[in-house]
Amino acid sequence: MAKKKRKVPAMNATSSADIAFMLLIFFLITTSMDTDKGLARRLPPPVPKDQKNEDIDIKKRNLLPILINSSNQILCGDQFIDIKQLKEKVKEFVENAYNDEHKPEKVEVDVPFFGKQMVTKNHIISLMNDRGTEYQAYINVQNELAKAYNELRDDISKKKFGKAFADLDEEQQKAVQMIYPQKISEAEPKNYGDKK
Amino acid sequence: MGKFSKAGGREMPELNTSSLPDLVFAFLFFIMMVTTMREVTLKVVFKAPQATELQKLEKKSLVTFIYVGQPTPDLRAKMGSETRIQLNDAFAETSEIQDYIAQEKSSMKEEDQPFMTVSIKADKSTKMGVITDIKQALREAYALKISYSAAQRVD
Repeated sequence: MAKKKRKVPAMNATSSADIAFMLLIFFLITTSMDTDKGLARRLPPPVPKDQKNEDIDIKKRNLLPILINSSNQILCGDQFIDIKQLKEKVKEFVENAYNDEHKPEKVEVDVPFFGKQMVTKNHIISLMNDRGTEYQAYINVQNELAKAYNELRDDISKKKFGKAFADLDEEQQKAVQMIYPQKISEAEPKNYGDKK
Repeated sequence: MGKFSKAGGREMPELNTSSLPDLVFAFLFFIMMVTTMREVTLKVVFKAPQATELQKLEKKSLVTFIYVGQPTPDLRAKMGSETRIQLNDAFAETSEIQDYIAQEKSSMKEEDQPFMTVSIKADKSTKMGVITDIKQALREAYALKISYSAAQRVD
């Protein structure tokens, strides 16, 4: 009599698909797919309580005040402008290509990879907003500022390295940042006509 | 030869489903990788503002969220429709932010603390007064890296 080969009885696996589906549905419900994106900013450290109120002298030509009022209108310099014009305004101001005497002064800085460069090192963009300003309007302005800087940095990166700013390595990015330092100052908030 | 002609018509060959669980499991693992656990139940509704120059938030474990918006419709009867701040699972006042941040900070590893990022998730019609208060509180708490959460604008 031929010996019959003994078989391990197979487990019934028909329901394992259902179990897996249930797990899947559980994870689909309890998790969220949203990747968080946002405009990254750095806040200035808090003002020490005993600090005297010293006014730092900033030359008028180095300062670009941007004001957003409670009806979300933008005042850049001394004129009302549309959000679409803001980027060009900021780019012109930061770059100061023609050495205009009403635009920020240029200082010679020794930058790695680039050598000596004339940089508008002391420029400051002062951003002020009212307490009644809408958040979207504020984000719009922040976005335009970021865009202006990004475009300037991209331009010079492409010219020098043939790559976009984001694709450069860390050293190169630092060099480009030295040429276009991002200087946005947000004023200490004041309450305009809002008694608390 | 009756061997081949069975009674009854042709039968549909059955589909082999033995690999189906594996497929589903593969899908499950994919979902587990790309998503994150929802940690808090939102008590405020917000529609993120739109922007184009966005940066991805790195390292989820170092990020603390502050939600700002109107209470959800079913809470509105109790809380009113005023813009509120939500920290973790509860509504909070601006004065509580500083303690909250300090607490979050101390629960992190010490070497990670300087990289702590606070993501402000606010409704786009929020008044800046609220945001400014939050920003001041964050400055006081030395949480200086912030991110304004926003959605990608397509234009």
